[in-house]
Amino acid sequence: MSVAARFARSPEGVAGLLLLALLASGALLAPLLFPGDPLSIVGRPLLAPFQQAGLPLGTDRLGRDVMAELFHGARASLIVGVSAAAVAILAGALVGTVAGFGGGMIDEALMRVVDAFQIVPGFLLALAFVSTIGPSLGVVVVAIALGAWTGPARLARAEVLSIRERDFVASARVLGMHPLEIALKEVLPLAMPPVLALTSVIVAGAVLTEAALSFLGLGDPNIVTWGTMIAEGRNVLRTAAWLSIVPGLGLVALVLGVYLFGEGLVEALSRREGQG
Amino acid sequence: MKRAARLFRRRMLSSIPVLILVVVGTFLLIDNASGDAADAYLLAIGGGDAGYAEALRQDYGLDRPVWVRLGFYAWNLVHLDLGRSVTLNRPILDVILERLPVTLWLMGSAVALSFVLGSLLGIVAGARPGSGTDKALSVGSLALYSVPSFWLGLVLSVVFAVQLRWFPVSGIETIASGKTGLSRVGDVARHLVLPVASLAILYLALFLRLMRAGMAEVWRQDFVLAARARGVPRGRIVLRHVARNALLPLVTMLGLQAAGMLGGSVVIESVFGIPGFGRLAAEAVSGRDAPLLMGIILTSAVLVILVNLAVDMTYAALDPRVGASDAA
Repeated sequence: MSVAARFARSPEGVAGLLLLALLASGALLAPLLFPGDPLSIVGRPLLAPFQQAGLPLGTDRLGRDVMAELFHGARASLIVGVSAAAVAILAGALVGTVAGFGGGMIDEALMRVVDAFQIVPGFLLALAFVSTIGPSLGVVVVAIALGAWTGPARLARAEVLSIRERDFVASARVLGMHPLEIALKEVLPLAMPPVLALTSVIVAGAVLTEAALSFLGLGDPNIVTWGTMIAEGRNVLRTAAWLSIVPGLGLVALVLGVYLFGEGLVEALSRREGQG
Repeated sequence: MKRAARLFRRRMLSSIPVLILVVVGTFLLIDNASGDAADAYLLAIGGGDAGYAEALRQDYGLDRPVWVRLGFYAWNLVHLDLGRSVTLNRPILDVILERLPVTLWLMGSAVALSFVLGSLLGIVAGARPGSGTDKALSVGSLALYSVPSFWLGLVLSVVFAVQLRWFPVSGIETIASGKTGLSRVGDVARHLVLPVASLAILYLALFLRLMRAGMAEVWRQDFVLAARARGVPRGRIVLRHVARNALLPLVTMLGLQAAGMLGGSVVIESVFGIPGFGRLAAEAVSGRDAPLLMGIILTSAVLVILVNLAVDMTYAALDPRVGASDAA
């Protein structure tokens, strides 16, 4: 049975895939469904949901369309989550491979750096990074990746330590390949699969960290994010709680979708290994 | 005891180079910021001319090269001097020590609560892997684990503080209530219910999942099969054999999660207006107080090292194999 067929038989995985597909299509269609700036004022402020036909989720404190903000916010969450995870996994895998393959002093030095990053709370590091360099989408991505690359690095190193003892590495050395070339071209691709299994956890963590950063006012001010929407709604929490609750539900759906999808995928892949 | 002492010494020594890396790294990062302490001070007092700014920079030593300043900073650190906060104009160590206990109480109670409840529910789920109860608890905990902590805090405060008025919305105690002794303790406890609950619900999901996964792993081992073959009652196998062996990884996770928990305190304390360590970090960021932020990051690194040390010691006490083979 193919991986796809096994994946289709796991109810968690399918539910996750559906959630993600729904959110991703919402994010992709946002500029078509809600053209123009989602931060522009469209109606009277604090309109409750289901009151006006054109504004199904009402308006926020400044009279902006909550539905449009919600769709555009999905874009920011998905973009930041996926790119931060990609940066973290690539950087971690590179560092881990070099450390494991280089051995000796290189390994020792790089692993101390990994230790240093692991004892500093990732969220504090992200706060410091964004506040010193300035909030923009790229900076937020790097800031989140700074706190997430150590896991992939450790895992890649452990994999490389076992791979580098294999015969094909010895023959590559005999052929006269540069050690760096062996490490990156021959060893790294083989070390990737277990590292990639971390993807869903890292994407989910990145989405939550981005939301927390923008909740504290450290997101890119020119982009709608669910975190800023929650922070905005907090000012009118007593009278218009839905302004904070709705974007939070979006976050829960996205993170849950990522976890479920990842769980289904890992299950489908591991069953193949079990069957040999 | 010798084994534990040896492990302790080895861990302490190996954490020194890591701490030095953290000091140099954060110093260089924060030094990179646009605007320095002189700017922050001028902003606080309402501005001044360029000459005054230059004089301030000389006064603060900001005109020296970065390595010289790093050297000074490290020298002061050795003497437990974290410098002065720009916005609060107080020694940073004093401010941090004043704010830390609240956060430790908050974290401690949330972790204790979630550890007990989470591992109990984990045992219920892991008693029969693959059963209906297991599936329901697994999916439920995954859903809880997907909830952003600050949003959960807001929702809880909307329901229990704003609508039902059972608990206060924010703060650590009723201001100028004049309460002393036990009634003050009760007042603080009432203020801490909602923040502790929001943190505990999230950690509970984590511990539940870990316990369940650990038990599923142990079920497959031969000694469980042997116990069943001997005719040991099922309940006894679950508690004495499977759950007991699955509990150890949870202790490790406690150490691994320490950094994440300290980071999480920033948002939760901001939501509930608790004047703790995490809120201090948010204040340092919004006040552009670089030395304070630096002190906070260093303190949290030291805290994480200490928690991991405590976890290692507990582990060594629980498992006689740990540290036994290490050469001094």
